[in-house]
Amino acid sequence: MKPPRFQYHVPESLDEALGLLAELGADAKPLAGGQSLVPLLNMRLARPGHLLDLNRVAELDYLTERDGGLALGAMTRQRAVERSALIRDRCPLLAQAIRYVGHLPIRTRGTIGGSVAHADPAAELPGVLAALDGRITLQSRSSTRVLDPADFFLGVLASAATPEELVTEIWLPAVPERTGQVWLEVARRHGDYALVGLGASVTLDGDGTISEARLALIGVGPVPVRARRAEERLRGEWPATSLFREAGRLVSAEIQPETDVHATSEYRRRVAAVLTERALAEATRQITRETVE
Amino acid sequence: MSAEVGAGSAQRRAIRVTVNGVVYERVVEPRLLLSDFLRHELGLTGTHVGCEHGVCGACTVLVNGEPARSCLMLAVQADGLAIETVESLAPDEERLHPLQQAFWDRHGLQCGFCTPGLLMLLKSFLAENPSPSEEEVREAISGNLCRCTGYQNIVAAALEAARLLREPVAG
Repeated sequence: MKPPRFQYHVPESLDEALGLLAELGADAKPLAGGQSLVPLLNMRLARPGHLLDLNRVAELDYLTERDGGLALGAMTRQRAVERSALIRDRCPLLAQAIRYVGHLPIRTRGTIGGSVAHADPAAELPGVLAALDGRITLQSRSSTRVLDPADFFLGVLASAATPEELVTEIWLPAVPERTGQVWLEVARRHGDYALVGLGASVTLDGDGTISEARLALIGVGPVPVRARRAEERLRGEWPATSLFREAGRLVSAEIQPETDVHATSEYRRRVAAVLTERALAEATRQITRETVE
Repeated sequence: MSAEVGAGSAQRRAIRVTVNGVVYERVVEPRLLLSDFLRHELGLTGTHVGCEHGVCGACTVLVNGEPARSCLMLAVQADGLAIETVESLAPDEERLHPLQQAFWDRHGLQCGFCTPGLLMLLKSFLAENPSPSEEEVREAISGNLCRCTGYQNIVAAALEAARLLREPVAG
């Protein structure tokens, strides 16, 4: 199996990369970690005239604190995120979710920006962005745009990025005080695409009631889905098993998963309800444990 | 930085890649996969090619010490990098690397097709995590398919290799 012929470009700076993209337009395909694009090339499902290899653009490889959160350069390897003490400390949801991205030898090459730009509906990073209301930066030679996940992810493998734009950075807010974050998913094997994945973030008020609840699901629609009705139901309430069960029922009612060869729609709804209940219980436990300590 | 040689559809590039400590200079087409470069250009056929789209893990090699699928990298991307393949493991023709010895002793292979990928993955994994639990080993090898062993003996071999590497036998 061989990739089709293409013209190969290796820019060494972001300016050079954006200049090439502006020049070559839709006939150029940016190559980040290659863990999704190279299979498509090998199977000749993608036949770009030009391949723009971003692996020498060192300025896009960073992981730093900024504006009360974390800024991650698009070419940061997933494995670097997995190893980062800063991520574990400031964004536990991402630290947990990243371990579900492919397998170990995928994450050593796979990048943050590549996964986001690919916009796979079962991918974890888009789910983390949706759960935490993160932001995605798109740059072209002439413009810079910062988008919310809802404006960036448009459909299956479809994003708001134009052919002249590169995803250059994602930003995630740091975990607030008295907050528990949990990522859970169900797949046939560890590392396979999720049948259902769920990111939950729960914040408790001083009096112990839920002041903020965020729930985002992957694998149940063309883009990551926020379970707004369940979130609304949780706010202002005391954490309780019965409440979490009800939130699970609301989640399974408000998502619209499709049936495919991997699982039926009914099964995905059921899994979503169970994961919701478990994630809310675990997120709450995390906060209580911290308070006791 | 690879240099362009020629132009048009046959655009080729000069690259310099260190494989198992030996520096190789070659001129290759940009679409040549690293897996095919190792096997066809360098004759290092220990790296096996299974699915050729990043699912089976048979072609796993180390790229600057990190495990990666050589079928998902272009040879031109390895320009200036250090690659390690299964041929680098055994110290000589008489002796096996502790990982290979453990696979031998624990019957961690039958047909052997997946073995080079598993050995390279485990070399890196055990260097980072010298005392893994069985569960950690299973998670680490989850991206490497074996259709013979049912994984039981591979896991046993990995745990045995971890022991051998922690406490090298004297002599």
